[in-house]
Amino acid sequence: MSEPVIKCDSVYKIFGENAETMLKEANGNVDAKTFQENGCIVGVNNASFEVSKGEMLVVMGLSGSGKSTLLRCISRLTDATGGKIFIEGQDLLNLNNKELIDLRRNKMGMVFQSFALLPHKTVVENIAFPLQIKGINTGESINKAMDMVKLVGLDGRENYFPRELSGGQQQRVGIARSLAVEPDIWFLDEPFSALDPLIRKEMQDEFLRLQEKLQKTIMFITHDFDEALKLADRIAIMKDGIIEQLDTPANIVLNPATEYVRKFTEEVPREKVLLIADVMDSKTTEDIGDLKVSKDEIIENVAEKILTQEKTVAVIDNNNKIVGSINPTKIINTVFGGRKNNN
Amino acid sequence: MELFKKYPKLFQWIFLLIVFFALCFAIDVPETYKFIRGQAEFVKDPNQSTFVFLGKEVRYYAFDVFWRLPPLLGWLPIWINDSLFFLMNDWMPMEFWNEDTQEYKTRPLVLQITRNLTAFMTFLIELIREILLGGLETIVAFTSWDWIDANPWAELPGLPWTIVAAGSAILAYKLGGRGLAIFAGLAMTYISIFGQWKPSMQTLSFILVAAPLSFIFGLSLGIAAFKSKRVEKALYPILLVMQTMPQYAVLVPALVLFGVGDHAAVIITMIVAVPPMILLTLLGLRAVPPEVIEAGRMSGCNNWQLMFKVLIPTARRDILIGVNQVIMVCFSMAVISAFIGAKGLGFNLLLALNQLNIGLALEAGLCISLIAILLDKMSLAWANKQVDYFGNLNFFQRNKNSLFFGLIMIVGIALAYFGSIYFKDGYNYLFEVPHNKGISTADFWNKGVDWIFDTFFVYIKAFNTWLIVEVLQPMRALYLRMPAIATIVLVVGAGYLIGGTRSALVVCGLTLFIALSPWWDRALVTTYMATFGVIVSCIIGFTVGTLCFQNKHSTKFMLNVCDIFQTFPSFVYLIPVMMLFGITDTSVLIAVIVYATIPATRYTIEGLRSVPSGLHDAATMSGVTKFQRLFKIEFPLAFPHMMLGLNQTIVFALFMVIIGAFIGTEDLGQYILKALSDKKGAGIGLTLGICVAFIGLIFDNLIRTWVDKRKKHLGID
Repeated sequence: MSEPVIKCDSVYKIFGENAETMLKEANGNVDAKTFQENGCIVGVNNASFEVSKGEMLVVMGLSGSGKSTLLRCISRLTDATGGKIFIEGQDLLNLNNKELIDLRRNKMGMVFQSFALLPHKTVVENIAFPLQIKGINTGESINKAMDMVKLVGLDGRENYFPRELSGGQQQRVGIARSLAVEPDIWFLDEPFSALDPLIRKEMQDEFLRLQEKLQKTIMFITHDFDEALKLADRIAIMKDGIIEQLDTPANIVLNPATEYVRKFTEEVPREKVLLIADVMDSKTTEDIGDLKVSKDEIIENVAEKILTQEKTVAVIDNNNKIVGSINPTKIINTVFGGRKNNN
Repeated sequence: MELFKKYPKLFQWIFLLIVFFALCFAIDVPETYKFIRGQAEFVKDPNQSTFVFLGKEVRYYAFDVFWRLPPLLGWLPIWINDSLFFLMNDWMPMEFWNEDTQEYKTRPLVLQITRNLTAFMTFLIELIREILLGGLETIVAFTSWDWIDANPWAELPGLPWTIVAAGSAILAYKLGGRGLAIFAGLAMTYISIFGQWKPSMQTLSFILVAAPLSFIFGLSLGIAAFKSKRVEKALYPILLVMQTMPQYAVLVPALVLFGVGDHAAVIITMIVAVPPMILLTLLGLRAVPPEVIEAGRMSGCNNWQLMFKVLIPTARRDILIGVNQVIMVCFSMAVISAFIGAKGLGFNLLLALNQLNIGLALEAGLCISLIAILLDKMSLAWANKQVDYFGNLNFFQRNKNSLFFGLIMIVGIALAYFGSIYFKDGYNYLFEVPHNKGISTADFWNKGVDWIFDTFFVYIKAFNTWLIVEVLQPMRALYLRMPAIATIVLVVGAGYLIGGTRSALVVCGLTLFIALSPWWDRALVTTYMATFGVIVSCIIGFTVGTLCFQNKHSTKFMLNVCDIFQTFPSFVYLIPVMMLFGITDTSVLIAVIVYATIPATRYTIEGLRSVPSGLHDAATMSGVTKFQRLFKIEFPLAFPHMMLGLNQTIVFALFMVIIGAFIGTEDLGQYILKALSDKKGAGIGLTLGICVAFIGLIFDNLIRTWVDKRKKHLGID
């Protein structure tokens, strides 16, 4: 694997007056309670992970879990108290102001929960804003912004003011603005949390469509576990500033690392999350029927087909090679019995 | 006992009142007591006591300390005055190069600084004034009088009024569309044909210097306070005092520092107009959502871009209110600074009021108000302007405004030229309609006033007498009857009950300052007038506000009316009341009431509007009647906001009471006015101003503390 785009190495963020000295004294053993007694609040506690190019890491946690703080450390909207952060190999915390601004102008885009649009600018002006800040002239930046308006499907509304748009439309503007400079790294801080459920689903689909086209490196923050499962390549679950588990959606559902993670996974409809590959037998000794399913299918999509078969079904990979098998009982077990097994 | 436990606060208040009245009755009026005319006047009288402090002798009539405190701060005004003179005339003499005499001259530092500052201001004002009216001062500033004598042609010719009127209409069209353009054109034409052109342009040139400078200073200081806690802490007390300081009072010290004339007026205007601008800038910047700031940072803004492209535009709403305030203050100062020799409409207005020529005053007042409204609307439109990126415009369309203005220039100059031929020996009406040579409605108004007086004299007189004899005199007597100690106990007790020890201490300090100054009695009279005005204003304002709130259209209408009234300079309010009631306390009080009703009404409406609509619906669904809803839901919840209105009402009332001294009242304002014509008045004027400011601050502190507590209790913001 090539160099990770984002790399965090024991990142700490502690709020409070003498946070730094306390962190030094704690020697890598940060206990939220002791810190709180001394007037410090631990935002992020020893976060280490990597995000590689084109990957989407979803950070999931309830409010106050430190997920937004973590994101702000990585975008350096706040300075991390301890640890190291590398963006494409550059040591983020050692960048001077000018280098940081350069990085933001060319490499990063961010979407906010409350949209954070500039109220005095129209849709197209908002989207052109990062370009104009970069020094691109008005005509060119407006042209570029109009492309973005089209990309997020707001054509015809480019002269509206944010206050004249619905929440979903405002967030489309936010997304377009963050993409205007064609960043490599895309931060999204609960972008759909302020939207109502129907719009949220629509925006999630839209987002997946965009990502398929653009292939950005993404850190996506959410408090919605379903959203995380739907979008993520990998999920990091945070609680009290600590990353409880960081894994693929299937692994989190099948093997929750802690009690806290398990609570989230209990209610999850597995057939919607797991792939055939996650539950198949890699042995192919039994006698196999004619039906073949791809290992990358979500169970829900092929369950009906498999359940009508009497024989075991062959699982194939992209090259049509049989890599395993799955029988109807397994499907039934996964969908209905799985939870009991795990207990 | 149980009642006591249930309402502890109520009993505390009752106890406070009992103590207050007990003190009032226990302390008799000393036989020698006479209303202020004696106290601390600078006349020698063998009955006076004296003391010496810091080398200053203070004379005063001694009373029982419980009745009136001795003026222990009596040396303060003299001391301030002497320090000011020392600073100006003796401190740090230095060698400065003198352009005119071509030699080094010794001058005190402060004097040199203020003189340079005033020279700069004068240059700015003259520049604009001469573009509008013509003259040679600007050319002289770059060359010399000798040069001008040698080249008599080198004079700024001034623009014909037709060009200025059409130009302002074009500008208004560019900024705000057709409606504003028509208003601008009509307003300017009116000013011209009614013969107010010259004074109006003088006032305008004053405003065009004072307002932008105040805006820039206010904005920068606001930004500095936003960026640094220390700056904010240093500024805050000054801002508070300046908010409640009557504009009059600043005139006197400025007179000493900057002399007489337009330039001094500009500087004073800045002193008065900058504090609200700072406060509103700070307020607006604070309210910018953190995510918007983060969005700006993530877009790659550097600090400068973040401030001017993200923070300030986002805080635009509050900053615009600040601009509105600046313009308002500028116009009211345009009138007030006529006292220190500023030229323009204000001077004419004061002159007319002095001569009791109500008609002329009305015309001048109308012109000031028109310009004020025009500038206010134009600045608003400018801030809300939108750019069209997609219109496919050709050269003509893009530059049509400039082209049109060029055309107007040519036509205007041509007209003026023809005018100079046509009106051969008289005045060139197409160039400038001279003062008092235009159409005048003054006679009409004066006749109207006479008619009103002749017709309704009996009724007005009867009302006037009744009000003065039955209401005002007794109220004034009651206020003066309060022993100092009782007043202090009442105020401090109220402070303690509302805000605890801290509030009590602050209020006590403010009250003591006034009590120990030589003008306690005058302060009581000021307070009595303000109280009367505030009570009536609040009753009217709350009633009108509540009634208007019942209907969406009337709400909007009323808020617009408030907006327009607020733009009128405070002096203008004196005109109609003098028309009706002549020179009496009643006139002042009615002006106070009209002026102070504006914030009372506005805050009532806004308070009622701030009640969440969810609560409104919840109440309706529990089946309350309209009245129940009003009294059980809306009033209690809107009350904190309405109390902030009361706060503003008090400040407005105090300002107007002080301005009322112009008509002739026996309060602090009268002394401020007196100090204006006194060579050694600077210290007195400033101290008096501080006294008035402190009266305002006492109420401000009590009300604000109460509102904060109440809001917390109700769980609103």
